[in-house]
Amino acid sequence: MNAEQIIRSIESEQLKDDLPIIHVGDTIRVGVRISEGGKERVQPYEGTVIAKRHGGLNETITVRRIFQNVGVERVFLLHSPRVATIKIIRRGKVRRAKLYYLRDRIGKATRIKQRFDRSL
Amino acid sequence: MSLGILGTKLGMTQIFDSETGLAIPVTVVQAGPCTVTQVKTQTTDGYNAVQVGYKEVKEKALSQPELGHLKKAQVSSPLRHLQEYRIDDPSQYQLGQSFKADIFENGQLVDVSGTSIGRGFTGYQKRHNFRRGPMSHGSKNHRLPGSTGAGTTPGRVYPGKRMAGRSGGTKVTTRKLAVVRVDSDRDLLLIKGCVPGKPGTLLSIAPANIVGKK
Repeated sequence: MNAEQIIRSIESEQLKDDLPIIHVGDTIRVGVRISEGGKERVQPYEGTVIAKRHGGLNETITVRRIFQNVGVERVFLLHSPRVATIKIIRRGKVRRAKLYYLRDRIGKATRIKQRFDRSL
Repeated sequence: MSLGILGTKLGMTQIFDSETGLAIPVTVVQAGPCTVTQVKTQTTDGYNAVQVGYKEVKEKALSQPELGHLKKAQVSSPLRHLQEYRIDDPSQYQLGQSFKADIFENGQLVDVSGTSIGRGFTGYQKRHNFRRGPMSHGSKNHRLPGSTGAGTTPGRVYPGKRMAGRSGGTKVTTRKLAVVRVDSDRDLLLIKGCVPGKPGTLLSIAPANIVGKK
């Protein structure tokens, strides 16, 4: 085995194989494992996927939501054990790979059209 | 003062910590198998050490003196790289004895040394972290070194003045890196953090030398 194959094999042990297919523009609910005071629980976080970056083990998504009138963006390392669950709530129809323009918009202007040709 | 191992850097990746779930950056190192090619003792050589060899090559790749030395060590196939490790008690090692990456264990601290990435002839900023001059407002001093010393007295530049020149490509030791995982089946070491050189570089991995501890 050469160097690349060895590194691939180390990475493949940690890849999750049950991840749903996520597209930019989708609304998703992420279950995040957090531990407070020695206890572990799963906290949901819901929002719009505005970007996907990297591939393989390093793959991340940026999820944006407006919380108490403040825009919040969280980056999730998809294959991390801290990301417990990912549930797709709504498929969105967008024409960009990165939806950074949503940062400059508020209220009704942040709506994304729903698309029905992709299954949830 | 203990036995180390020779290896090849393969590249970097990340693994997830089983308890916290945090991503840990690791360097994958092909470590060993190594063979003891010479045992040096106080009586024969004036100091205690073990010479180990790494990386099997074809016979024609080595010179006759090298082959002769390895023949004395009863090594089955010729080895490219030889390295000595100072050892307190060399009597527990025999010629031709082979050892693998499992001399290390998870969580152990190691020192990794190798040849750093060569950068060729570089300027002051890259080689010695000099500050650059202003890029605008009529300045023509962009990447110049500034003063190199006083004038008529002493009338020369003092030795050791940091200047442009060859950078990198020297032996560098990165100390106290933690071993995250030992894969004894494939002779792999996963070491937390980065190690000198590019993938393919020869590395020497030894238990960490802690100052103030013997």
